[in-house]
Parts: sequence; C-alpha cells; structure tokens
Amino acid sequence: MAKSNKPIVWGLFAAGGTVSAFVLPALIFVTGLAVPLGIFGDDALSHERIYPFVSHWFVSLVLFGVIVLSIWHAAHRIRITLHDFGMRGDGMIGTVAYFAAGMFTLGTFFALSGM
Amino acid sequence: MSLRQIELEVLRYDPEQDDEPRFQKYSVPCQEEWVVLDALNYVKDNLDGSLSYRWSCHMAVCGSCGMMIDGEPTLSCKAFLRDYGSKIRVEPLANFPIERDLVVVLDDFMSKLKRVKPYLIPKQHKPIADGEYRQTPRQLKLYKQYTLCINCTLCYAACPQFALIPDFIGPAALALAHRYNLDSRDGGRAERQEEVASHEGIWECSFVGACSEVCPKSVDPAGAIQQMKIASTVDWYLERLMPWRNK
Ligand code: SF4
Repeated sequence: MAKSNKPIVWGLFAAGGTVSAFVLPALIFVTGLAVPLGIFGDDALSHERIYPFVSHWFVSLVLFGVIVLSIWHAAHRIRITLHDFGMRGDGMIGTVAYFAAGMFTLGTFFALSGM
Repeated sequence: MSLRQIELEVLRYDPEQDDEPRFQKYSVPCQEEWVVLDALNYVKDNLDGSLSYRWSCHMAVCGSCGMMIDGEPTLSCKAFLRDYGSKIRVEPLANFPIERDLVVVLDDFMSKLKRVKPYLIPKQHKPIADGEYRQTPRQLKLYKQYTLCINCTLCYAACPQFALIPDFIGPAALALAHRYNLDSRDGGRAERQEEVASHEGIWECSFVGACSEVCPKSVDPAGAIQQMKIASTVDWYLERLMPWRNK
C-alpha cells in the first residue's frame, strides 16, 4: 500500500498547533488586553516604537513562523472539524482550506518582507 | 445482599430469520453487586436460552464480552449494575456487522490485525545457543502500556472515523503496531510502515480520542497513533530531503 503524503499538511498542522497553543495566548494577552488597558504604558505598541523591532529580520522571521504555522493549523483543523461534523466532500474542503492558507502565507510573506 | 429488579432491553437479531434487529425486554432479579454480564447470564440460564453473546473470563482479561451498554462501548463484565438505572439497554458493538444477537463479526478486525504484523520481527536472527534477547526495564517501559490490549474492539465501536471509513485500520491494530515498533528487540518497523503510514492507517485518524476514553485497559491507542504520526512525518521529510538514507 502506498504511503500517504498527508505528512506535508499534518506536519504544518502539528507544528502550528504547538505554536498556537504556546505563543498565541501570550500574544493575545499582550496585544489584545495588556496594551489596550495601558498596563505597559501608553505608547507600548506605538508605530515609532514597534516598527524598528518588527522590521528586524529575525523578528520578522519569527512572526512569519508564528502566523503562517497558526494559519495552516487552522486550515487543517477546519477541514477535520467539518469532516467530524459529517460534511462530505473532504477533498474539496481540503483544497479550499489549504488554498486559503496558501494565500494567507503569501500575504504574510509580502507584508513582512515589505517592511 | 439486596435484590433489584432490572429491565434489560436487549437487541435480538438472527440474520437468517429476521428482516431487521428488534429489542426484547427481560425483567431480571439482580443482586446489587452484579455486572451486566451476570444479568445476561441470568437471562440465558433462566428466561431465554436462545440469547447469544460472547463471554469467557468475567474479569476484563479475555476481551470478548464487549457490547454497547446504554449506548457506550463497555465490557459487560465491568459494567456494574449499581452504576446504571433500572432500565438498561444492551446492544452489540457499534460499527460491526451482527452475527447474531449481541455477537458481532470480527473478521475485518482480524485481517487488519494481521496486516500490521503484530509480532516481533527480530533485528538479527541469533541462534538459541547465543542466549536470550535482553531488555532493560526502561526499554520495557517504553511499550508496556501497549501490550495490555485485550482486542476487545471497544475502541472500534467508539471511533467515529471507523464508522465513516470502514477501511480505516483503526485504533487497536495501530496501537499494537506501535507496541512492536517500540520494542528494542524488533526490527520490523519499515515493514509495518507500509500499512501504518498509508492513507488507511494513521492518516485516517482525526484524533477524536474516543478510543482512549472507552479503552478498559488504558492502552491509549489515540496517543499511540499521534506518536506514529510524528514519527511518520519525520520519515516523510527525511526520505525526501536525504534520499541517500533510503535503502
Ligand atoms: S486498545 Fe483498548 S479498547 Fe481497543 S481493543 Fe485494545 S483493550 Fe480494547
């Protein structure tokens, strides 16, 4: 029996699951709660302060990893969840989900590399 | 010892005579400390000798008395009446064809089990004169949990993926493949990967985890499958990035 090529998407899914479990909650807390509530001061995320930091190649790379892996995780998760809910047409759903993830990946790449 | 009257609602089906399964009710005088299997034995001995079901050890070792009890895949020898109401519904294990009454056809499971080669394939053969294969407690610990499987197939009855895709090799067979892969004396992983890493193998699993929840032996087949997914993903990349490694 032929070995499956699922490892491509599953590898991204697993890595993305780990990243989104560990990093996203912290990011959500910082950018979604702490900063708006002024815990880190008024201009913690101001453009002047944050731009030089984010545009450093290493930080960009890390951000790219976090965003893209989380997106691939989400794409595969949506595919599986729809399947678990009994939706048929797994191939079609997979194609749409991964295409969207691919587009997001490109978008993230251009957004970050354009900085 | 107190008596308790229990109403058993048992699925009956004889494919040779009946068009479709039906439920039959039995009112059974039960001892408080009985399990569902005791109640079935009472029915068989005193009320209706035609009822068919499998059982043997009555102590969660043989793995033959699995059935759906109030809709949950359960060993009937482990299902204490005190944990149930006064009406209990008993059906054959879900996702399997019915042989008769509570007996299901296991041929499909048996052939899947064979396909994953659940036996030691020694790394190198050594003559008996050279003595036994030695193993440290740590090496044993690595796979011991997966040796506890009693092939009761409760995990197949619980698995929604197996219900949707009957070709899925399924939890117990895959967990057993993992058991031998992890054994320090074994060298058969590459052979097993042909089945394990196929579409019908680990990749049909969507990690619902129901198998591990119902497993009476805490084998955790879902965990075994996830570990194999990681190992197979590493394989996949290595095979492509370092093709010279492939023999
Ligand atoms: S893994 Fe657990 S539930 Fe599945 S057959 Fe083995 S003992 Fe039964």
